[in-house]
Amino acid sequence: MPESASALARHDQQRHSFRAFARRLFALTRKEVRQLLRDKSNLSIGLLLPVILMLIFGYGLSLDVKNAPIAVVMDDSSPTAMEAVVGLQLSPFLSPVMLTSMQKAEAMMLARQVDGIVRVPSNYSSDLAAGHASIQVVVHGAEASRASIILNYLTATLAQQGSRSVDRIGGISQGGLGYINVESRLWFNESNTSTWYLVPGLIVLIITLVGAFLTALVMAREWERGTFEALFVSPVKPVEILLAKIIPYFCVGIIGLTMCLVTAHFLFGVPIKGSLPILLFASVLYLLVALGIGLLISSVTKNQFMASQVSLLVSLLPVFMLSGFMFDLRNVPMVINIIGHLFPATHFMILIKSLMLAGNVWPQIILECSILIAYAVIFIGLARVVTRKRLD
Amino acid sequence: MFALLHRILILCRKELLAILKDPSSRIVLIMPVFIQSFLFGYAATYDLNNAPYAVLDQSRSAVSTELIAKLESGGVFHRVANLTSEHEIAEAIDSGEALLVLQFGQTFEQDLYAGKETDLQVILDARNSNSAGSAAAYIAAIVASFNQEWRLSHGGGEPALRIESRAWYNPNLETRWYFMPSMIASLAFLQTLMLTALSVAREREQGTFDQLLVTPMSPTEIMIGKAIPPIMIGLVQSTIVMMVTMHWFDVPMAGSFVTLYLGLIFFMVSSVGVGLAISALSANMQQAMLYAFMLMMPLMLLSGLATPVRNMPMPIQILTYANPLRFAIDMIQRVYLEGVSLLTVWHDLVPLFVIAALTLPWAAWLFRHRLV
Repeated sequence: MPESASALARHDQQRHSFRAFARRLFALTRKEVRQLLRDKSNLSIGLLLPVILMLIFGYGLSLDVKNAPIAVVMDDSSPTAMEAVVGLQLSPFLSPVMLTSMQKAEAMMLARQVDGIVRVPSNYSSDLAAGHASIQVVVHGAEASRASIILNYLTATLAQQGSRSVDRIGGISQGGLGYINVESRLWFNESNTSTWYLVPGLIVLIITLVGAFLTALVMAREWERGTFEALFVSPVKPVEILLAKIIPYFCVGIIGLTMCLVTAHFLFGVPIKGSLPILLFASVLYLLVALGIGLLISSVTKNQFMASQVSLLVSLLPVFMLSGFMFDLRNVPMVINIIGHLFPATHFMILIKSLMLAGNVWPQIILECSILIAYAVIFIGLARVVTRKRLD
Repeated sequence: MFALLHRILILCRKELLAILKDPSSRIVLIMPVFIQSFLFGYAATYDLNNAPYAVLDQSRSAVSTELIAKLESGGVFHRVANLTSEHEIAEAIDSGEALLVLQFGQTFEQDLYAGKETDLQVILDARNSNSAGSAAAYIAAIVASFNQEWRLSHGGGEPALRIESRAWYNPNLETRWYFMPSMIASLAFLQTLMLTALSVAREREQGTFDQLLVTPMSPTEIMIGKAIPPIMIGLVQSTIVMMVTMHWFDVPMAGSFVTLYLGLIFFMVSSVGVGLAISALSANMQQAMLYAFMLMMPLMLLSGLATPVRNMPMPIQILTYANPLRFAIDMIQRVYLEGVSLLTVWHDLVPLFVIAALTLPWAAWLFRHRLV
């Protein structure tokens, strides 16, 4: 039975080579884990920074306006005029400061002590009775988004109060004419806080940080110090080197991800409406993409300074600026929108926001996951090719 | 005195050579700043420029058509779907196809003609709470103006109360107007901090720092020589961003360049101080980079670049007093947009000066006292 004997031998050899592969991989991975654990700076960026960022995002960053200081200049001190601004005091978004001179208000505005000025002119009450009163509203436009929110609140509050006054003193009321009332309902973010939309994006940021930035640095360091060449002359294969590099950082990434999800859900109450397994699956996919990018950057640049700059430029800043993390990609010019969609982070961002806030949207899940798989295959494949070439 | 200047100058020259001799690092210091200013100038917007929406018009009336025409005439709202039943609302929003759905009830027009209040339902996708909020405000404004016209044409008079609103320093409330001036400081901050953090650490890792310490130069001279080149590079980067802001995005510069550059120099000195302190603390390049990075993220986030400092809770606002970027951004926004003089922004320079006065001597002290 020569055939079966050779088959057995081949099988034996395969088993043997697999054993050797596993042994080498284990040894290398152990070395990487030790190296990772020994340097506190690595761990702090992998585990401490996510916590700090989470807290900053959860507590510190907000696009919501609360208690914005507003200077109220009363050139008319009649009861009618006082009534016009009384609504400002009741608003949770505004906190009015009563003043008597416009100069003072302008000075406070310039010193940024107030965000806006409401000026009730001296002939307000007589004008209102005559049916053509006006109130001046000025906001500090330097922080545009905050300013427009405040402007909306001010206008709405003043208009509401104003129409009440008009009704009372017998001006033209709205009765009998009919009007449209807007009833807005906000889906997927019932509490309407920016925390809900910032925190899911943070998970993308942290995975990118661990996957791309940290990995790029670690690999580049081996190139720079020449220890990579030393690894190449040993019996280990490039695949094993790559795997051994990926495994520990993959674990750090998973720990970071878990911490993020736990804090997001339990501390900040961000819901996870979609299915958790899909969320984890997508995150693992994106982590692989990020690792691939990190490995590729370090194999190409081969020095730490360049690796850090390049990974900053192609992975982190795009997450911040071009992925829809803070700025909605629907509002940018077409070209920038297309560039944004070239980055894998953008696709993961869409997916994770939907999965956490909206639920399982199957067409989206399938589309974005396939894009992520494609990116993972491309980047890890390229990293593999580049690493092999350097061996020659 | 002359000998001292000469020594510092020589060290500066050596540092600049070390940074700029490599063509790829020359590129990495200049090109990204250009690309980022353009990309981010377009990308950084909280303004609503494109809002895809769907309509569920159960009234099929002239009034609803008129209102929709009014909405679309602004150029921001684009209809992507006409829905026929309430079940389709969820799909339109879930898929992200529509940012919002307008729903006109069956009695929409009848109620209006009958002189009653009639509801316009707006369902918004608040996955991005900012876009949703802006869209809601936009629609409210359109409807308010529609109501006014309706009253006028159906026997009502002019409204008794008019609210005249204006925004100072940024009349159209464009995000770009405050974002780009902030980038003048932030983009340069990123790379100067990295560069300085690496400067000592690299020499430590390669062992050349010990050689530098045994030269006749004092630690203070080494510190000054190490600080000046990154400051120069940072100023060049700031100038690039400023040029793009002024000449490409046409954000008008209201203040004086002298004030702006004076402020920028203060800012660069303090951020280089932070960078050098990190560098002197780290044992190798990797540590320096990671620590610099760990510091950079919170500093950027809590600087007022992404979200206004005044939206933050009080304890965190107090924390930002240790953040050079926060004061630089405040200073630049005021000088650039409001055109104020040094008399108004001097208090932004004080914290910058304090940060520099603490970190730079500390770094110099660490040079000798932390031998790793």
